Amino acid sequence: MRFLAHVDVRLRHGIADPEGATILRALPALGFDSVASVESGRSFRVELDAADLEGARSMAASLADRLLANPVIEESVIEVEPLG
Amino acid sequence: MSATIGVVVFPGTNCEHDAVTAVDALGGEGRLLFHADTSLGDLDGLILPGGFAHGDYLRPGAIARFSPIMEAVRAFAEAGGPVVGICNGFQVLCEAHLLPGALQKNRGLTFLCQPSQLEVASTASVLTAGATVGERLAVPINHFSGSYTCDIDTLRQLQEQDRIVLRYVDNPNGSIDAIAGISNEAGNVVGLMPHPERAVSPLLGSEDGAVLLRSFLDAAASTSVG
Repeated sequence: MRFLAHVDVRLRHGIADPEGATILRALPALGFDSVASVESGRSFRVELDAADLEGARSMAASLADRLLANPVIEESVIEVEPLG
Repeated sequence: MSATIGVVVFPGTNCEHDAVTAVDALGGEGRLLFHADTSLGDLDGLILPGGFAHGDYLRPGAIARFSPIMEAVRAFAEAGGPVVGICNGFQVLCEAHLLPGALQKNRGLTFLCQPSQLEVASTASVLTAGATVGERLAVPINHFSGSYTCDIDTLRQLQEQDRIVLRYVDNPNGSIDAIAGISNEAGNVVGLMPHPERAVSPLLGSEDGAVLLRSFLDAAASTSVG
């Protein structure tokens, strides 16, 4: 069965995020005065084949951990859905 | 005895000829190796040079870590062979877990290409054995992702085990504890963001990088790995 995994890679709590901080500083210039915080990250959409949802989840978690994220500074949040 | 130094070329590496030229100028013999090779041949030391291996896609070093030659690099490092990763090479060594921590985007998100002042913090490594603690060296930097970071336990370990080998005097990229270079526990694997191979002649504005590379060549000449 084919599944679509959404992998959201974000910086671990406490790791400096110069990209997010720069965006936050730029927003008031556009009139957005009430933005409290910005965190930068990356998102990936990965299509994969697996026997079931659990298998797809475990494969997505493993590839996120081994390649898409650097566990030293990043963590990933994964959502998997079946593709029709 | 002259040391033979392998210089690994990934797709996107661009400092390999600088590294070979510097090694040759200091009396060693530089030899280019391709990332798709699976063996190193007869070598005394290894340099992972600067550049943008595999386009720096995903993160600097993230894809290079899986290049075929990396298994041989790991075996050479684990056997005690002298290995130095310069700039992108440092990023590759961190991604490959041959060194702890990670290199993040510079504080201020600026690409930094400028001279930098380093202070030797430890001589317990193949790159700094011939230097003196506290000695200042002028060595250029050229990077976007050079801000060294690690968790607090790792930082304490690096400090207690004397593995912070070089610090920036003015910390231009916001590295934790002003770290410019670290080593593994044994001291035979070193990563640094500055480019010693670009500071080996008065024509380049500084000869201070030669202090580091000479240490490395001496360590390589007396190695029994390879």
